[in-house]
Amino acid sequence: MQPAVTLRVTRYRPEQESEPTLATYEVPYRKDWVVLDALNYIKDTLDGSLSFRWSCRMGVCGSCGMKVNGSPKLTCASFLSDSLPGPIRVEPLDYFPVVRDLVVDMSDFMRKLKKVKPWIIRHDERPLAEGEYLQTPDQLDAYKQFSMCINCMLCYSACPIYGLEPSFIGPAAIALAQRYNMDSRDEGAPERLEILSEHDGIWQCTFVGECTKVCPKHVDPAGAIQQYKLTGAIHWLKSLLLPRGAR
Amino acid sequence: MDRFACDVLVVGGGGAGLRAVIAVAETHPKLRVAVISKVYPMRSHTVSAEGGAAAVIKAGDSLDAHAYDTISGGDWLSDQDAVEAFVREAPEEMLRLEHWGCPWSREPDGHIAVRPFGGMKIERTWFAADKTGFHMLHTLFQTTLKYDAIERYDEWFVTKLLVDAGRCQGVVATELATGKIQVITAKAVILCTGGCGKVFPFTTNANIKNGDGMALAYRAGAPLKDMEFVQYHPTGLPFTGILITEAARAEGGWLLNKDGYRFLQDYDLGKPEPKPVLRSMELGPRDRLSQAFVKEQEKGRTLEGPYGHYVHLDLRHLGARVIDTKLPFVRELCLKYQNIDPVKEMIPVRPVVHYMMGGVSTDIHGATPLPGLYAAGEAACVSINGANRLGSNSLTECLVFGARAGEAAAAFAAAQREPGPSVLAQADDEGRRLEEKFRRKTGGHERIATLRAEMHETMEESAGIYRTGATLEKAAEKLQSLQERFGDLALADHSYTFNTELTAALELSYMLDVAEAIVHSALRRRESRGSHQRTDFPARDDAEFLAHSLAYRGADGRPRVEYLPVTITRWPPGKRVYGR
Amino acid sequence: MSAEAHYTPYHPRWYRRRVSVWWWLQNRAYAGFVLRELTSVFVAFFAGVTLWQLRTLAQGPDAYARFLACLGTPLFVALHAVAFLFVLFHSITWFNLAPKAVVVRLSGKRVPDWVVVGLNYAAWLVLSGAVALIVLRGR
Repeated sequence: MQPAVTLRVTRYRPEQESEPTLATYEVPYRKDWVVLDALNYIKDTLDGSLSFRWSCRMGVCGSCGMKVNGSPKLTCASFLSDSLPGPIRVEPLDYFPVVRDLVVDMSDFMRKLKKVKPWIIRHDERPLAEGEYLQTPDQLDAYKQFSMCINCMLCYSACPIYGLEPSFIGPAAIALAQRYNMDSRDEGAPERLEILSEHDGIWQCTFVGECTKVCPKHVDPAGAIQQYKLTGAIHWLKSLLLPRGAR
Repeated sequence: MDRFACDVLVVGGGGAGLRAVIAVAETHPKLRVAVISKVYPMRSHTVSAEGGAAAVIKAGDSLDAHAYDTISGGDWLSDQDAVEAFVREAPEEMLRLEHWGCPWSREPDGHIAVRPFGGMKIERTWFAADKTGFHMLHTLFQTTLKYDAIERYDEWFVTKLLVDAGRCQGVVATELATGKIQVITAKAVILCTGGCGKVFPFTTNANIKNGDGMALAYRAGAPLKDMEFVQYHPTGLPFTGILITEAARAEGGWLLNKDGYRFLQDYDLGKPEPKPVLRSMELGPRDRLSQAFVKEQEKGRTLEGPYGHYVHLDLRHLGARVIDTKLPFVRELCLKYQNIDPVKEMIPVRPVVHYMMGGVSTDIHGATPLPGLYAAGEAACVSINGANRLGSNSLTECLVFGARAGEAAAAFAAAQREPGPSVLAQADDEGRRLEEKFRRKTGGHERIATLRAEMHETMEESAGIYRTGATLEKAAEKLQSLQERFGDLALADHSYTFNTELTAALELSYMLDVAEAIVHSALRRRESRGSHQRTDFPARDDAEFLAHSLAYRGADGRPRVEYLPVTITRWPPGKRVYGR
Repeated sequence: MSAEAHYTPYHPRWYRRRVSVWWWLQNRAYAGFVLRELTSVFVAFFAGVTLWQLRTLAQGPDAYARFLACLGTPLFVALHAVAFLFVLFHSITWFNLAPKAVVVRLSGKRVPDWVVVGLNYAAWLVLSGAVALIVLRGR
């Protein structure tokens, strides 16, 4: 077993430098350590000024997404043992503005998320006294996968379209729109389609498919977008061919 | 320093905070309402809850049954009027979440499915597969986006509550991205900042759970209630604190000491059988299992690893097929986050801190004794959880008391005038304190990590599963010395932009305050009740201690403990019986 | 924000990395994607050739014979071979992605991905067979 691993970590101190630099740290190797543990070791014992986000360390809060050896990963789910003998390269996620060190700005996503109306939309609200909306396990299954998104931003960081065209609404937000569209309790699909058929919506996607590959929760945003395209295309055809009442 | 103003300000964007903010927006749409959180709301620790949320919905169940389970589980320290309100409003709150889109697991006919849970005698736990907290949080967060009135201050770290003329009138915070000190004035503030598991070394709690709100309220003069009651879970992974569910033992997992011996048989928990038996051995009550671990450690029969003592949870004899079909999530967690395969290896486990029954003292409307200050969720102590919380009550509590606090705070705010100019002077002082004591501080000799580790060790030794007067006294002294050493902190990061060393230092100072409240409350309670077990006072003492402890911050900075009687309505104290 | 911009206290100074022209060489998946996008050029080439064929047909047997002769030159054979490979690449990658776009549900359960992929290949085979039959019969 090897006693130490080298981490090459991107540093960016906006108050002192105009471009990121690279710092090298030696950390002890442990079989149960993930990259995040190594970063915490650095922060606690080697350099208190290294900044990064983290919280749950069990892959559900979505805070600790970074690039590990070139691929977007949750650092809490990336064992040092998978990158032996090292050195391990740790960088901030691609295509987002870097705020500092490994911290990126994700306010762009927060705006886009709101834009796709990720909430239940109904013509008539059912009073609570009448109980729950019935939903069979099969109906639940229809959207369940898309509801697993933890907003970790790995899919945006894997999407070159987002890199080249930052106005693109992007994988996670579209998957979440689809999550509500597919929910048997929701009636807001037409509203969302209008938003998502706009220039920055689904048609920007050229199906690179990497978003689905890097998703730690198997949400399959690429699938969501393609399904949405099909819906959009059918809707467009109908609006072209059918009289208004029959659409 | 910029000044922002709102009517109701919610601190914390987890389950309770988001429910509170929606309650304000719905009941008082004209009020300016905002949520401020040190993380983006969907990062809040509610996200980690797995099991479920309790509410009576099925025929054959009753509100009284839920209330009785909660009260007896809490060893009669729960306020019964609060519990009655809680169980009464729980079903409606859960239904509301269903209407907002929460993907609750369903029966084949489309109705809500419920499942059994430890301590609940009837099945009433709603669940969304094994990610209940995650789905509840994201449903709540996405629903808040619907309300344009709700303002958000994401990644703002609150450093102080502004109190003037005897009421809470806002907060001072630092905006992490820029380091700017900001003031948000408010006519009412609701603390929904969660618990403080990180005061202890081994915990299921996320890194952000440092008792921020508890310490803020405590410093502002509000009391912390029942802080000595700390819930342990018997099987967590030692280093990460990741919880290994009870189901692993229910399927037939064994707890083994370093000799490979099923040690629970030595602690009056039944005889080892090859097949799992309800209420015996590995399926005994949680606290008894945790206590057996401590005894085993004292006998030197636990294993020792880089993160301290542990025992083994052995699932290997169940085989890959059973593990994969019955316990897929356990295997996934072990493989993904601990690099261990339970099919081939034994899982190192130990008791880990899971939940704080105590918190900022509130009434059943979420109001603290400090006018204008409210609290809900794990940060608060109403108290429905008494001396021991029942599994699946905490998520429901976030909803019921989040909503109650939101409505009460809104009604209070609607009747108040704008905060005066004197709070701004306080804010200036706070800004100076942060500059001088932290950001521009040079010199100093102490490391954050060292002080934190010493606090952990102190809390584990003194306020862990078993407590005694002598070790608690020592711990109180030790914490006081840590408080002093905190003043000699050496800080390496003097920047404004996303300075996480600064937040870590502030969090440590919060934790030290909360730790003192825990230790002093535990020291004064000379009885054993629920999760508070004193080896020097092993019996429950209703004559003296059927009362909530209230820890106030004294003039000398040390806690002063007072008592408040428990509200009993219909269920006189009885014996706490485990199992079914 | 340009690199020369100075830091102002209490204001963010974000670093934005420009996406390199060579981003698609970063990993194999990106390269594969760009290659698939590139296949459109060859599909266009086929379409162009077909249009040309129609034109020469309309112009009479001589023109059509010249067209056929042209197709037989090594340059055109090579171009067709390359185009064929690209179209093959396009079809295969596209079929493999099909289950992402088309989710078929039979009595509530999602039809597994391999079935969707398999049906695509089956349809491809049947159509190719039909075309082959027509062409060979026509001789």
